[in-house]
Amino acid sequence: MNPHGAAINSAILTLVTFVPLAGALLLMLFPRKDDLARWFALIVTLLAFIFSLHLPLHFIRGASGFQYEINIQWVTSPNIHYHLGIDGISMWLVVLTTFLSPLCVLISWKSVHERVKEFFILMLMLETALIGVFVSLDLFLFYFFWEASLIPMALIIGIFGHKRRVYAAVKFFLFTMIASAFMLAAIIWLYAHTGSFEYAAIQAAVQRGQIGWEAGLWCFLGFFLAFAVKVPIFPLHTWLPDAHFEAPTAGSVLLAGVLLKMGTYGLLRFNLGLFPEHARENAPWIITLAIIGIIYGALVAMVQPNLKKLVAYSSVSHLGFVVLGIFSFTQAGVNGAVYQMLAHGVSTGALFMLVGILYERRHTFEISEFGGLATPMPVYATFFMIITLSSMGLPLLNGFVGEFLVLSGAFQAKAVYGILAATGVIWSACYLLWMYQRVFFGKVKKDVNATLPDVSTRERIALWPTALAALAMGVAPLVWLNAIGPAVRAVLAPLAQMAEVLAR
Amino acid sequence: MIQAVDYIRVLPEIVLTLFGVAVMMAEAALPPRASRRPLGWLAFIGTLAALVATIYQARFPGTAFFDMVRVDSFSIFFHFLIAFIAALVVLASFEYLDTQRIRGGEYYGLILFGAVGMVLMSSAVELVLIFIALEISSISTYVLAGFRRRAPSSIESSVKYFLLGSFATAFFLYGVALMFGATGTTRVYMIADAIQSGQHSAMVFMAVALMFVGIGFKVAAAPFHVWTPDVYEGAPAPIVGLMSTAPKAAAFAVLLRIFFAAATPGWFWPVWISAALSMTLGNISALVQDNVKRLLAYSSIAHAGYLLVAFAAARDIGISAAMFYTAAYAFMNVGAFAVVSHFAAAGERYVTLEDYAGLGRRSPLLAATLTVFLLSLIGIPITGGFFAKLCVFSAALQSNLVWLVIIAVVNSAIAAYYYLRIIVLMYMRDPRQSAPPVESVSIPLKIALVLSVVATIYLGVLPGRVLEYASRGAALLVR
Repeated sequence: MNPHGAAINSAILTLVTFVPLAGALLLMLFPRKDDLARWFALIVTLLAFIFSLHLPLHFIRGASGFQYEINIQWVTSPNIHYHLGIDGISMWLVVLTTFLSPLCVLISWKSVHERVKEFFILMLMLETALIGVFVSLDLFLFYFFWEASLIPMALIIGIFGHKRRVYAAVKFFLFTMIASAFMLAAIIWLYAHTGSFEYAAIQAAVQRGQIGWEAGLWCFLGFFLAFAVKVPIFPLHTWLPDAHFEAPTAGSVLLAGVLLKMGTYGLLRFNLGLFPEHARENAPWIITLAIIGIIYGALVAMVQPNLKKLVAYSSVSHLGFVVLGIFSFTQAGVNGAVYQMLAHGVSTGALFMLVGILYERRHTFEISEFGGLATPMPVYATFFMIITLSSMGLPLLNGFVGEFLVLSGAFQAKAVYGILAATGVIWSACYLLWMYQRVFFGKVKKDVNATLPDVSTRERIALWPTALAALAMGVAPLVWLNAIGPAVRAVLAPLAQMAEVLAR
Repeated sequence: MIQAVDYIRVLPEIVLTLFGVAVMMAEAALPPRASRRPLGWLAFIGTLAALVATIYQARFPGTAFFDMVRVDSFSIFFHFLIAFIAALVVLASFEYLDTQRIRGGEYYGLILFGAVGMVLMSSAVELVLIFIALEISSISTYVLAGFRRRAPSSIESSVKYFLLGSFATAFFLYGVALMFGATGTTRVYMIADAIQSGQHSAMVFMAVALMFVGIGFKVAAAPFHVWTPDVYEGAPAPIVGLMSTAPKAAAFAVLLRIFFAAATPGWFWPVWISAALSMTLGNISALVQDNVKRLLAYSSIAHAGYLLVAFAAARDIGISAAMFYTAAYAFMNVGAFAVVSHFAAAGERYVTLEDYAGLGRRSPLLAATLTVFLLSLIGIPITGGFFAKLCVFSAALQSNLVWLVIIAVVNSAIAAYYYLRIIVLMYMRDPRQSAPPVESVSIPLKIALVLSVVATIYLGVLPGRVLEYASRGAALLVR
């Protein structure tokens, strides 16, 4: 590689991560003109997206290990490094974040009309924190971004949300803050006993058996608690419906699309990557919780009279699949879990955008308020159909690939896991199609609905990319999977060795 | 023999005293109706001069005045910190004195004299001198606490602080006397030798316990914390900013010297218990407060607890963690009280939590500033408070104080709630109908706030240099 390329490769992650933050700081200095703030935020998020495209384009497929690494000493004592790097798993999550952000700006164009500048400042800060979580290879740095994502998100919910926003914001903040305190304790404990915050160094130390079994278990649980709240795994999910429901549209999109993935990503990277033995030991009860989540989330979604809450509970169900896939410890299952993270990001993000568009027109989420919307809003109904089907897991759309892989992994692990989880696919068809029928089909029951305007050009621009991505991910999954596969294999390697030892 | 270099080693004290005297003389010379602002600027220049003197002094490490004063990285660290805090408090006071209609130039003089005592506390290595320094600093703060003469709560604050404070210093003095009785010396490093040579009796344990009680009062550690909320509530807000940080920093410096430099035994469990109690009582009581000053008072008790966790940890790493914590805590707390002092308005009328509703709308910059300080008090990344907690917890875990760390972690989670309440009120609630007007912030206060924010974020993002300096000081302390 030429030296010029090498320079770009080591700087690209820093660039992608901090472009939004730089944009936020610049935006602070801008005069209070709403349109200026909107356009500027759009340009910054697009810029970050374009930079992030460098990552998959120059990614060396088939290679395991981290790429685009940069490692600089930040603080000498304690020994903290500014260490960034990505593998096939985190790369796509970064691209997912930068992909959803400009769409969030577009979708908030009109719906946020008060304190517009502050809204976009917070959103850009949030984007930096989210990307930072996925690219950090130093545990301290990881925690730093992890906590930093909390404040802008809580403020977005609490300031720009709906009626019970304050309650939802405080609940969200306290749940995640308290849980991550335990992760912090685990991280510090690991530092105290290995002298390093480096991911690779701690991984090596655990493999050497430098951390005792029992201490390792406590650390595993510390990490698990923080991630389980974020995912959320049943029964820690109670903050999620409130937060999703009360958040403004862009907040819900980022929350469902990216924030929840921080939890599953953490489970995969840290719980599995650092403590494979403990992960194997604890898998049965975690899988049980995941399956409960799949079924419970789907059943609760089915009885929701409220569109946005329905989508929120569907996240609980879909994320259950991800957790199941991760803890199946099979190549197919974990591949599928990562793929499902991306697919869920795209389709649930899009669902929240669609629901938000409806709210802008009618100021309600009640399903009973609608009916027959396909007549006045045909284009909207089509978009909604595509996304609903993709969320349901229809073949040739993105949701299918993830769910299929997860289920085949679950069957490999234990047939009963697969059977129980497979019912989740049926449930999701039930609640999604039933919802679709009630909202779009039949005659227009309320007069106000008869004259609702169809999607505007701006909304179309926001929706097309998600529909195309859903289709592309359904038709050509290998584009994504051939980067994910090697990374997953690397994560599973110690587990495979253990299985061999046990088999002998 | 007293040499010229001896005077350099007490240069900040000399500079502060001279400026303090100058302020008092000028106060007498000014006509009674004239503004006292020039005196404030004079005091500010005095603190700046003390900062310069500290930097100059750093080039002459060593002991002075018959080994009574010791200048090393440890004392320089605290000198710098105390002078910096005094400068911030002076800046924050200009506007406050105007709105409260307090005309008294001696206010600034007392801040300087108090600073003399605190600076001396951190460099004195002889117990009697430490006691004298403690008294200099305490008496100035007793008077400052009662400076809102017309408010009964301020008088109460002053009297309470005075009575309990003198009680506490008496404990300390008893401890000194017993220590002298046990080891035959009051020099810190000679005490260390005496104790190491094994000739210590039960009296040493008594002495350490009594001194801990005395200092425990000064730093508001439980169970010696009961005076704190009342005193903080009544005292002028910028002065609370001062007395919750600078004298505490100095008192912690003394405690570090007694525990580690003198290598005294028998303090581990009292410190452990006091740390756990302070954190728990402070945070739980803070949950139910409606008055911002009382809330911050309880929060300062809790923070004293976190600091004591570092004391219980292993020697050098714990010391540097404690030093870093005092610095990080100082900036966020002075800053928070500066915002409170501005917002309280004449007669300190607006100090309940309800008064902060909608502040984010009425005064976005002031609210954003306070948010930075509160996030730092919670311990959220990119602020000094986070790094300070991290250092303390990791020091404690390296010494296997797992239970103490668990108590601390649970406590910091509880604490998040009441700090968050203020942020929520500021940003997510609408202002009340009868919302107090927010006046524009005067330039000196602006400078103080900007400096505090910059210091808080600097310690959170680039803590390296300060940490390094602290660990150098810590290494010197334990020899």
